[in-house]
Amino acid sequence: MKIKRRDFLKGLAGSAVLAMAPPAIAASSEKNRLPDALGILYDATLCVGCQACMVACKKANNMPMEFSGSQRQWDNPVDLSSKTLNIIKEYENGTAKVKDREIDGYAFIKRQCMHCVDPACVSACPATAMTKDPKTGIVSYNKDACIGCRYCAVACPFDIPKFEWDNPFPKIVKCQLCNHLVAKGQIAACASGCPTGASIFGPVKDLLIEAERRQTMIPGKYYEFPVAEVSSTKKEVHKVKQYIPYIYGKNDGGGTQTFMMAAVPFNKLGLPTLPDRSYAAMAENIQHTLYKGMILPIVVFGGLIFLVKRSEKNKKE
Amino acid sequence: MKTEQPLEGKILTPTFLICGLIFLISLIFMGKRFIYGLGAVTNMNDGYPWGLWIAFDVVIGTALGCGGYAMALLVYVFNKGEYHSLVRPALMTSLFGYTLAGVAVVLDVGRYWQLYNIFLPWHMNASSVLLEVALCVGAYVAVLWIEFSPTFLTKFGADNAKAFMNKIMFVFIALGILLPTMHQSSLGTVMVITGSKLSPLWWTRLLPVLFLISCIFLGYAIVVVESSLTGSRFPIHDESKLLGKISGIMAWLIAIYLVIRFADLGMRGHLDLAFKGDLLGNMFLLENLLLIVPMAVLFVPANRKNQRAMFLCAVSIVLAAAVYRFNTYIIGFDPGNGWHYFPSTGEIFISLGIVSLEIMAFLYFIKRLPIYRRS
Amino acid sequence: MKDLNFTDPVNEKLKGVSRRDFMKFCGIMAASMGLPLGAGAKIAEAITTAKRRPPVIWLHGQECTGCTESLLRTSHPTIEHLILDLISLDYHETLEVGAGHQAEAALKKSVKDNAGKFVLVVEGSVPVKDGGVYCMIAGRPFGEIVKEVAAKAAAIIAIGSCATWGGWQSSDPNPTGATGIPEFLNGTTVVSIPGCPPNGYNFLSTVAYLLTFKKLPALDALGRPKFAYGRLIHENCERRPHFDAGRFAEQFGDEGHRLGYCLYKLGCKGPMTRNNCPVLHYCDVGAWPVNTGRPCFGCSEEGIGFTIPLFTEADIENVTPSSVHAPIQTTRGGGISKGAAALLGGIGGAAIGAGAVAAKRLGDKDKGDNS
Repeated sequence: MKIKRRDFLKGLAGSAVLAMAPPAIAASSEKNRLPDALGILYDATLCVGCQACMVACKKANNMPMEFSGSQRQWDNPVDLSSKTLNIIKEYENGTAKVKDREIDGYAFIKRQCMHCVDPACVSACPATAMTKDPKTGIVSYNKDACIGCRYCAVACPFDIPKFEWDNPFPKIVKCQLCNHLVAKGQIAACASGCPTGASIFGPVKDLLIEAERRQTMIPGKYYEFPVAEVSSTKKEVHKVKQYIPYIYGKNDGGGTQTFMMAAVPFNKLGLPTLPDRSYAAMAENIQHTLYKGMILPIVVFGGLIFLVKRSEKNKKE
Repeated sequence: MKTEQPLEGKILTPTFLICGLIFLISLIFMGKRFIYGLGAVTNMNDGYPWGLWIAFDVVIGTALGCGGYAMALLVYVFNKGEYHSLVRPALMTSLFGYTLAGVAVVLDVGRYWQLYNIFLPWHMNASSVLLEVALCVGAYVAVLWIEFSPTFLTKFGADNAKAFMNKIMFVFIALGILLPTMHQSSLGTVMVITGSKLSPLWWTRLLPVLFLISCIFLGYAIVVVESSLTGSRFPIHDESKLLGKISGIMAWLIAIYLVIRFADLGMRGHLDLAFKGDLLGNMFLLENLLLIVPMAVLFVPANRKNQRAMFLCAVSIVLAAAVYRFNTYIIGFDPGNGWHYFPSTGEIFISLGIVSLEIMAFLYFIKRLPIYRRS
Repeated sequence: MKDLNFTDPVNEKLKGVSRRDFMKFCGIMAASMGLPLGAGAKIAEAITTAKRRPPVIWLHGQECTGCTESLLRTSHPTIEHLILDLISLDYHETLEVGAGHQAEAALKKSVKDNAGKFVLVVEGSVPVKDGGVYCMIAGRPFGEIVKEVAAKAAAIIAIGSCATWGGWQSSDPNPTGATGIPEFLNGTTVVSIPGCPPNGYNFLSTVAYLLTFKKLPALDALGRPKFAYGRLIHENCERRPHFDAGRFAEQFGDEGHRLGYCLYKLGCKGPMTRNNCPVLHYCDVGAWPVNTGRPCFGCSEEGIGFTIPLFTEADIENVTPSSVHAPIQTTRGGGISKGAAALLGGIGGAAIGAGAVAAKRLGDKDKGDNS
């Protein structure tokens, strides 16, 4: 017996076409920057690798020590983890003689939650354990909602959410921009601990203005840089290096609230190359195209009821 | 015989007992997981938060359980009543596949005592692909048990209840086609959000389409495998003619799938990655060769009459679909920063234990419940 | 060291100093210069068997005399006097007995008699503006004196930051045009021992080396002895582990300051200054600015000391990063355990076996059907 090619193709073509529906059909889920968003501007050229930000972060958030390097006398993690919310990593090349030079040089980079404009973790979490504050834009975690599925960790392009693998009652752990301090009118601990002004805290729109200002600076000259907060009156004078003409986080992956500036290419510093459109938006787009208002499923369900009833009738005949 | 009957026979066969032993040992590892945490039993880490249990037990496990779905499509959507005899065994395999995938989920999630949160409306995140998968799978498990209830009711002679169930069954049959379409495709969409961490060989916005088509032909392949295996050891009615037709359908589906797969890869400009000779390229070639070869074999009509050929082709297709899902979820996934992952002994043993439980249940069901038609 | 033969004239000179102390002193000098074992003995021998005391002429320009005072401020004045007796200090405005015309006559005579054989030590900078009128000695501009004497010297040592690069007087706007000796005597080799004041032992070691080996110790591009100025203070500072671990004093007197944390945030210029202060210490009591809680201000480094403000943070340049920073990428996870390999092998084998058996049975069935 030959399968009616028509029936066969009819059944499949429909679903295939629908699944491939162009994005234009669905309402755009692109997120925009919140006007009062808070964030951090990290300038790798000002960072001296002192790790005061790591110490301050651990203190402010009551995080335990982590020994994963060869030295065990003090806290020295090799990466973010369930015990470390913020880390300074070091890039080395060749003889590593000159700071902030790509070849035969070294540089530092700070890794922490980027508090994205369109966070993948917030989109991914099935139980709404990751939420983005509607005013400050800080992405925080609620362990009472979390089921521990770790989809947030899979989804995050920066690999930020970390899991407590050694705990029978585990949580997800990540930087929350010290929102417990922000609520009291203070600033993130990493920024207040930074001596050189490499990490500064403040409203995102001010941070972007400051980042643009630095892009216009002439390498080799001395300029003033604010310390701890972008609006701080305490300034440090530093000699400016040749910045990469790019503010990381301005558009990457839909944009973030943590900006990075450096003199070494960002991909060498371990930061991923991301398109301007967040992957979360792409995934949500597919979902919304297919399931918005559950219209399509209900229609298909109706069609299926009809088909099943018909086939049952045929069976009886 | 034209009706389904229990195959009878001894339950405590060597196979059954060995599976039982494996399951009992795996219980020890499961206990360790709950007492000491996931890190004590698994090799999952911050770079690979999802490992064997998600990739194999959940994603592949539910895909292997698409036999019921694939057969329902044929019987009810394309109105091919002649395949009816294959529906019940397929349904049973689906039942096991999905229920035990649920067990694996409970084992895998970290905060399992709060797992019900995703069923509470005030916790649901409508944007989350995983939520949709979880709700659909949860609903589908219920639908499967309801669809399967007539078989139980027959055994217990509850004829009135059985008649009632048969009257309202059409709703659940319709759901049983809608729900897998939704969640099997969404299991593909789950990995869309990982764009920067998934190799271009597997990342595409067409992941839902590829996952859906592959789960359908996988469903047919599972029916062929399972029917052939049971047929080679138990005195069941010879379904090889039907299996031959299904094999033909499979071949066409694979053809469509391969066209979409390669066209998409070519249009995105990453075809060259397949031939780099590295692990990823080779896994891609493996995954597709395991499809191309059986497809070519099954396009030859004579082979569709040969039980051995059909069986081996179906096995190859099952492996291909499994490798595809392994590739998408683990092997093609690279979070960067030097992470590696390979399942630990404990992880493998727990998966093995779950599969052993499945085999034990399968053997018990076919012998004590009317699933197959006797020869 | 045992073979050293002390002759009578030397015994006289060594009155009041035990042989042990003397050998210890020579050993310390040798060690601070990074010389091999045995060099201490050579130095002792050179000092005690010198036939004729080499003459030294010490000129003072725009200075505070701190360098001389630093030299004298050790807890072994007997040794210092000894050294000063071993060299013929023919002209030193602070220490000499004579004054006025007598002193100038002594200078003229020494230069004439010892032409080509004496060591010139200069303390203080040369003013070049307005004809050098800002430092006049015996009616003559200091620069003129330096040029005249330097022309006849066998070796020239500039002691202190002022003599090396101009010191504090050369800070903006430098009204006197204070200039260091190397720059002033453009082209001539000048050993520079900067510091404000420099560690007395750096000077003494250089002189001892000169007397012993009849040549100058290895010098860097700025003429500074490498044994003392080869490394940044940041590289040898005992508080460096605090810097590396992010522990800083934020304010004078706060908890971090009292616990002895790194003074980087208080403007310590250790990362930009070359000197051996953390190693050698001062005044024979093991004190140096940082370990008393006072940040280094780069007194010996041109462009740093008296130039960059006290509390401005130093640039960290050209320093080998500490070895404990996390690298960008660390290889972790994975690894196929034996158990896992065995299990997978077993499962694979079982599956293949079962599949093969089934395939054979099906094949037999096919044959059965076809026959």
